[in-house]
Amino acid sequence: MTTTLLYALTGIGLFSLGLHALIVQSHLLHKLLAINVMSCGVFLVLASLAARTPEGSVDPVPHAMVITGIVVAVAATALGLAILLRIHALTGKVRLPDANDQLDD
Amino acid sequence: MITQSWLPLLVLLTSLLSGLIIFTLPEKSVRTRTTLNLLAAFSKVGLVSWMIWHIYQGQHYQIRIHFLPNIDLVLQMDPLAVLFVGLSAVLWLTTTFYAIGYLEGSPHRSRFFGFFSLCVAATAGVAMAGNLFTFLIFYELLTLTAYPLIVHRGTEAARKAGQTYLVYTVGGGVLLLTGTAWLHTLTGTLDFTPQGFVQQLPSELHPQLIVIFILLIMGVGVKATLVPLHGWLPQAMVAPAPVSALLHAVAVVKAGVFGIVRVLYNVYGIDFAAALGITFPLMVLAAITIIYSSLRALTQDDLKRRLAFSTVSQVSYITLGVALAGPISAIGGLVHLVHQGLMKITLFFCAGNIAETLGIHKISEMKGVGRRMPLTMTAFTLTALGMIGVPPIAGFISKWYLGMGALQSGHAWVIGVLIVSTLLNAAYFLPILYTAWFDQPDTEQTAHPETSHLLLWPPVITALLSLAAGLFAALPYTPLEWARFIVSFEFLQR
Amino acid sequence: MTPPDLGIALVILPLTGALLAFLIHPHARWIGISTALAINIVLAWLLTDLVTSPQSYHYALGSWGAPLGIELHLDGLSAFMLMMSAVTGSGVSLYAFTCFRMQSTENDHSPAFWPLWLFLWTGINALFLSADIFNLYVTLELIGLAAVALTALAGSRAALTSAMRYLLISLLGSLCYLLGVALLYHTYATVDLTLLAGRITAQPATQAALALITVGLLLKSALFPLHFWLPPAHGSAAAPVSALLSALVVKASFYLLLRLWLELFHPIHNLMPDLLGILGAAAIIWGSLQALRQIRLKLLIAYSTVAQLGYFFLVFPLTAGQSGEMSSSAWQGVLYMLLAHALAKSAMFLAAGNIQLFGGHDRIIELDHIAQRLPLTLAAFSLAGISIMGLPPSGGFIGKWLLLEVAIAQGRWGYAMIILLGGLLAAGYIFKVIGYAFTQGQMEDSISETHPVPTVMQWAALALASGSILLGWYPAPLLELLAIGDPFHFLHPSP
Repeated sequence: MTTTLLYALTGIGLFSLGLHALIVQSHLLHKLLAINVMSCGVFLVLASLAARTPEGSVDPVPHAMVITGIVVAVAATALGLAILLRIHALTGKVRLPDANDQLDD
Repeated sequence: MITQSWLPLLVLLTSLLSGLIIFTLPEKSVRTRTTLNLLAAFSKVGLVSWMIWHIYQGQHYQIRIHFLPNIDLVLQMDPLAVLFVGLSAVLWLTTTFYAIGYLEGSPHRSRFFGFFSLCVAATAGVAMAGNLFTFLIFYELLTLTAYPLIVHRGTEAARKAGQTYLVYTVGGGVLLLTGTAWLHTLTGTLDFTPQGFVQQLPSELHPQLIVIFILLIMGVGVKATLVPLHGWLPQAMVAPAPVSALLHAVAVVKAGVFGIVRVLYNVYGIDFAAALGITFPLMVLAAITIIYSSLRALTQDDLKRRLAFSTVSQVSYITLGVALAGPISAIGGLVHLVHQGLMKITLFFCAGNIAETLGIHKISEMKGVGRRMPLTMTAFTLTALGMIGVPPIAGFISKWYLGMGALQSGHAWVIGVLIVSTLLNAAYFLPILYTAWFDQPDTEQTAHPETSHLLLWPPVITALLSLAAGLFAALPYTPLEWARFIVSFEFLQR
Repeated sequence: MTPPDLGIALVILPLTGALLAFLIHPHARWIGISTALAINIVLAWLLTDLVTSPQSYHYALGSWGAPLGIELHLDGLSAFMLMMSAVTGSGVSLYAFTCFRMQSTENDHSPAFWPLWLFLWTGINALFLSADIFNLYVTLELIGLAAVALTALAGSRAALTSAMRYLLISLLGSLCYLLGVALLYHTYATVDLTLLAGRITAQPATQAALALITVGLLLKSALFPLHFWLPPAHGSAAAPVSALLSALVVKASFYLLLRLWLELFHPIHNLMPDLLGILGAAAIIWGSLQALRQIRLKLLIAYSTVAQLGYFFLVFPLTAGQSGEMSSSAWQGVLYMLLAHALAKSAMFLAAGNIQLFGGHDRIIELDHIAQRLPLTLAAFSLAGISIMGLPPSGGFIGKWLLLEVAIAQGRWGYAMIILLGGLLAAGYIFKVIGYAFTQGQMEDSISETHPVPTVMQWAALALASGSILLGWYPAPLLELLAIGDPFHFLHPSP
């Protein structure tokens, strides 16, 4: 097993871990964190796969992608936190309502 | 002449544009609306007369617009189209007068007259459609534009009736759409041609053609109220009287029957259809419809509902005549398209007058109405007798040709159907006449004026027209002569 | 200017507008409406150019080619989609121009609408023009974030929670997509769509990428059974926002799915298209049945979107393994339906917004003579409804006819039946609304206090709805536009 593959597999592991938490956790902050863990997984995959060529010269493109991805993730997390605070201020709760009792305002 | 090819479009636009403009008029501008309505109606009659004159001399009007790959929109004036457009133009004019009188002072008239005009435009489109695709488009447009007229009163009953109407007609539309699309994938063309365009298909496709035929006929049969697809019509009686008149005599029901004629003549071709063995079941269905709905009419006490079941029955004469697959019965069927229209619209106008002026809706309450409203009841009596088939009124001509045609095509049992139906017609019309003329009124009623002029004259005129159509049937330009002209295309030019 | 330059202008204009509207927010609505106007002018110019010299354009931004630079791709399909966003966007902008001014006294979030909406417009236009799958990821995220923020704008509890759910789903979808992109890039060393199309083969990594990308985009375009987030989000947002979400946002990810499948994935997978088709069919039935059950108008419209999205997914089975005219007919039919739906659905949401403003609620059985009281609005709803039902003459009918013919010609009766059944069900839920709008409400004074609805807002809805009807009168030029540059190479298959 090469180091590259190890990194890639770790990345996919993080992705799955995040996905699991996203589904299982009901606290919204946990969900946002889960999303962040997932993005880290994807970035790890991208970065590790950059070493595609056996000679070891590194492909710069995935790095550019990772940087873009991080920017997007930061923005998304900020938006998520802002909405989270609003929800907390309005309802005093930090979880999503069940499918049954939504939209009864 | 190429320059006149847009004339069919113009016929369509007279009612389409006037309808759209009427929507924008404020409720209070009665004068503008009335002027516009009558102007459009008169110019339509004028246009159609002009075209009839030229078609008799061999002119051919067609306009073709490229629409989709392999599909054109075609509007044309062939003799069959003229028969229907002519009928709708004349009856639109009379109904417009009537509706102006009937709805005087009631709310939402801009909406009413707008949809009324659109409905007529859709009918003209159905009549002039030059291929099945164009037919489908206008047929569905008619479904949609008639809905606001049926629910016009805005009551809960109206909403329910509208719902029933939609369940039937939208369902029928889907069947028609399926049949049309299927046929197009088989043939690659949908243009109406004399003697049909499907007979060149290889014989292994014939089972598919039969299924398509069933789909198409069920699709148009909903509007043509073939039993058991007739259920919406009696319910739709909650609509105002001019709407009922329009639905029965001109627009919706007739569009359905007209569709049956088109499918039989210009899609399948009557000989090919007969060879496929699909005309006989249609004939039987029409016969069942005639008898069944006449029986149902007997038990109705509500005048408009009795008339509705009578429509279901009378309209099937047309289907029967065409399905008999012989030239003479075809003349009988086609001429009934016009004759039934003239007579039935009179009956509905009269029913509307009685309801509007005296507040009477039930037959049992009609005692002595003849003395109170002599002209209305005379018109009613004349056309009711016509419906029964008393000579020399128009209905007699239709029945005569149907009977002769049945003998000619070797279906003598149809004569039996006609006799039974005539007896039933008499059984449900004559008691009305007796009650109205000879029973003593329950209460003393005030004398003249009978009703307003706008309500009185339209039925009188249409009644006279149906008398004239019967009396002068042999002269040129009468419906009968025109039906002969059409039939000569389908049967004699081969 | 060449068409690609004009295309770039279509991205830069809304972006500049967004920044300006953010900086000078007292005048945001004027900036917004003039941006919309400018976009329309540029688009008209672009369309004229494209029609006079019909071909597809490939353009490297600043002469930096892939993989590091950004490449643009412009053909009939992208122009068609740009037109969809421009026309719908303008109608909604006109509505919002008046709508948010009225509410600004009580709701101070409304100034945020314009920068967000223009930002969303930037993302949508950029997505339609992008030619590489990573760039598409970025545009997808722009759209997702802007859409979530717009949803939250309504400020109510329902709006915030559904925005949150929407955000999580949207991010999950994007991450799946990005992981798929990583795998594709690893295997083929390119993100350019055209190059990928030439190199792609059926190997495990590609199949995994395909699955990830498809699932990610299905989440975003709310295909049944991944639609659960859509009705609450579209049902609780402000009217113009709902209109934008239903008309444009879900279409963007569907467009991406269409591009990817028809250009890349069709040759290497033959089970998935039918799966997508079956899910689409299920969406049509389920969405319509849910719509029939709804008691609130906006939710009914939102479920109708779920159902209509199902129609679009029929394109995958109907083009799979086919070539030539049949496939062209199928995808063009779906695209036509897409455009008609964009116009009709935005009109419906705007009409619902008017009704809510007028009577203070949108409960269907208490619509109480809306037909008489708000005739323009009900006309807008009904006309849009005709297109949604797919009855002639309307854009929806044209799309449906093309699809139906393909289904019948291929002997796929199941799909044909679903197409027809969906129309019937749609007629059911739309006429339910119209029926109640014509009649007296069930309860006394169900609309007691009424607010006047500005004419502009009524006309904006009516204009969009009329557009969806007019599409049905003369479809030939638009179908020709779609075929420019022969997207997906169905007409002239490459050797």
